[in-house]
Amino acid sequence: MTLPDCPALTRRAALAGAGALVVSFSLARSAFAQDQVQPPQNIGREPKSPAPLPGSLKVDPNLDAWIRIGSDDSITLFTGKAELGQGIKTALLQIAAEQLDVDMGRITLVTADTARTVNEGFTAGSHSMQDSGTAILHASAQVREMLLQLASARFAVAAQDLKAQDGKVVAPDGQSVRYGELVVGSELHIPATPNSRLKPLDQRRIMGKPVRRVDIPNKVAGGPAYVQDLRLPGMVHGRVVRPPSPGAKLEAVDAGAVERMPGVLKVARDGDWLAVIAEKEWQAVTAMRALAAATRWSQPTALPEKTRIFETLAGLKADTTTINQKQAPPAAAVHTIEAEYRRNYQLHGSIGPSCAVAQMQDGALTLWTHAQGMFPLRKAVAEMLSLPEDKVRCIHVEGSGCYGHNGADDAAADAALLARAMPGRPVRIQYMREDEHRFEPYGPVMTSRGAVALDGSGRIVDWRYEVRSNTHSTRPPGAGQLLSAQMLEKAFQPGPPQPLPQPEGGGDRNAIPLYDFPSQSIVHHFVPEMPLRVSAMRGLGAYHNVFAIESLMDEAAAAAREDPVAFRLKHLKDARGRDVVQKAAEAFGWSANATRESGRGRGFAFARYKNLGAYAAVAMEVSVDRETGGVRLLRAVAAVDSGEAVNPDGIRNQIEGGIIQSASWSLYEEVQYEPRRILSRDWSTYPILRFPALPRRVEVHIIDRPGQPFLGTGEATQGPAAAAIGNAIADAVGVRCRELPMTAARIKGLIGG
Amino acid sequence: MVELKVNGAVRQVDAAPETPLLYVLREDLQLNGAKFGCGLGQCGACTVAIDGAPAFSCLLPVGLLAGREITTVEGLGSPDKPGPLQQAFIDEQAAQCGYCIAGMVMRAHTLLARNPSPTDDEILEHMSPNLCRCGAHMRIVAAIRRASSRKEASRSQRGAL
Repeated sequence: MTLPDCPALTRRAALAGAGALVVSFSLARSAFAQDQVQPPQNIGREPKSPAPLPGSLKVDPNLDAWIRIGSDDSITLFTGKAELGQGIKTALLQIAAEQLDVDMGRITLVTADTARTVNEGFTAGSHSMQDSGTAILHASAQVREMLLQLASARFAVAAQDLKAQDGKVVAPDGQSVRYGELVVGSELHIPATPNSRLKPLDQRRIMGKPVRRVDIPNKVAGGPAYVQDLRLPGMVHGRVVRPPSPGAKLEAVDAGAVERMPGVLKVARDGDWLAVIAEKEWQAVTAMRALAAATRWSQPTALPEKTRIFETLAGLKADTTTINQKQAPPAAAVHTIEAEYRRNYQLHGSIGPSCAVAQMQDGALTLWTHAQGMFPLRKAVAEMLSLPEDKVRCIHVEGSGCYGHNGADDAAADAALLARAMPGRPVRIQYMREDEHRFEPYGPVMTSRGAVALDGSGRIVDWRYEVRSNTHSTRPPGAGQLLSAQMLEKAFQPGPPQPLPQPEGGGDRNAIPLYDFPSQSIVHHFVPEMPLRVSAMRGLGAYHNVFAIESLMDEAAAAAREDPVAFRLKHLKDARGRDVVQKAAEAFGWSANATRESGRGRGFAFARYKNLGAYAAVAMEVSVDRETGGVRLLRAVAAVDSGEAVNPDGIRNQIEGGIIQSASWSLYEEVQYEPRRILSRDWSTYPILRFPALPRRVEVHIIDRPGQPFLGTGEATQGPAAAAIGNAIADAVGVRCRELPMTAARIKGLIGG
Repeated sequence: MVELKVNGAVRQVDAAPETPLLYVLREDLQLNGAKFGCGLGQCGACTVAIDGAPAFSCLLPVGLLAGREITTVEGLGSPDKPGPLQQAFIDEQAAQCGYCIAGMVMRAHTLLARNPSPTDDEILEHMSPNLCRCGAHMRIVAAIRRASSRKEASRSQRGAL
């Protein structure tokens, strides 16, 4: 595949280049109509003093290279975000093409690369449209204005009488000039002005349209599309030998026979980190297996008892914070509901195990990786290798779908260690399935307790909710966050786990209900000690919290003898929230007194992701087999409000996928382990949804809000889909499953008999 | 040396006979389509057609494949000139990350070759060995339906089985 670093156009070169049109930002807070009060990208801590700048500029106010127009008419767009399969490339191109008045095909997009793009932190938390999309929207609009000004001077025609059109500026008399011609000889380095003249909504022809994704043709026809497809000259293949259980120590290895195997170039060991490098990939796999058989490991009892995991979590020391409190004079409660909700460990399970390619040349490392944060990864790898940061370059290349902090960073670290062991040669590593399953950081085990009080009119008068969880981010930049760095002779220790702060939150993400209760108390018990290694998984704590809150809402509605949808609306003032609830209910055909066949049920759930992102409501119909407890999905209907919809089909794809994925998590998925082993090592020991389990229909309704800020969408339905399924099960068979996943065995246990 | 017939062309490959086909396709023949997913025949990312039947290329030693017709997703078309089934996947935008998609296309190809008009249940059953993690399943089924002779039903039934 074409190397993403050729030709060697760096950000610095782009800035210095004559004839380049570069926009930099120095905007006041009020600059962006699209802006809204949002904390920065989830980098794990808050900035010391929040910068009064919009979008990604909150994280790094020194952004100055979003767009470049060459004298040859080439247009290059830079984003610090990465394509994870969510379609971000296409959406960003749509925005730029719209505002610059060019075809999308004319723009080259450069994604996250420490040598070429801005540092937009991690591509995570459904932030890409809000952060990068917003910045690109305004940068592109201002470049167009600048081009009009340049043409105005050239033609001696007022700018407002000129028109930008298909890469040219056209005057009323018909004469025109190409963008490339306009920038020739201009040494333009212009800061953006506070106000952007965005293209009027009624003139838009690319934004808001279901444009086909630019990356799909290669993916359906075997074109190069992934880091897995990189083939560099002289490239060799590495594999690591992972211990039989986390934390095991390598006591002995007899590598002699392996070193003599065909194609084997090197066996590399550093402390408990053991790897092999071979000329060809299958040779590396074969050698890795032989090497694994020639090792002896200590066998620590390091893992928890799965049957006691919730007691274990309850017994660990916690830092307790009340994250939200609202008090009202005590009201007379006639019903009180108390319940505990649980979530087991779950894994990301990308279909392609993590992969990376690295090359060490003249003391500098280049790393091609599908990790989510190039700059944090660079810092971690530089620390691990004792290299200055400017000697490490991290380039994002797509991998298999991501869904959070999986093995990608660890594989990048392994590639870096392998490249150090074999200087000059590019080394590729792809994990084996069991490496990914057993050693990726899991989605954390969680519990929460709710106590809901209702008055005689069926209104919630007091809401108490306490959630208990580990951290939801153990990402770089610390070298100690990289699995292999923890195994080296000179081992790096992971930093102390930190909670992610509100308002986005980690374990407490979406723990504060969006409903209006007169009195409420929301408490986060942050548990630093991790029985199993965990980190960010799509939705973070929102998956569990929305499941718990929306289940509790149904329990409360049942106590009040009210329809679940009407009961939600009765407690929800947020107008856009009400709109998605009503839209989903209407499209589903929800009616308060519908009769159902025996064993069939319907469920409803709603949330606004992080209480800051997209609004989503999901209605679900299921049937439950009383004999087995097995759940069959029948149909799902969702309504979503993502603010201005740049690519409605991209939103639809994310929501459909989110519902299906959440259904798989919520019905089937939990990591299996015993004190000495992770038992979930493949798809037979960690089954996920297969085709025959699909619902018969998944319907997505988008409430478009042209001109409104983009709202992150990618994680919006993880929680609502789970809760809608749980509520539908309760409706079908009258039992409430309060533990994720809601397996057939658990449901059968609740039904009894 | 092993002789393989891949996408209609005879190829000589310098690989040990026990090497799984997947590694030969990807490394020796530089074909990107078939993907490594599990190496265990559990996920279908490596699916190719052997004499018209779906097969897990991660499990098949090349030494057993002399004289067999091997078809990979590259044999159905190219990014610039996609074949009809690939075009149906594009038309339905039936991918998110897309890592599973080449395997999906190949498994679907073997279904449509022997049953041009499968029912939805036949599609679901046939596709069962292949996993998608992004949740693009509904679109994948819609794409297969669109490429089948039931295509008249596909547009109006997007998102439905």
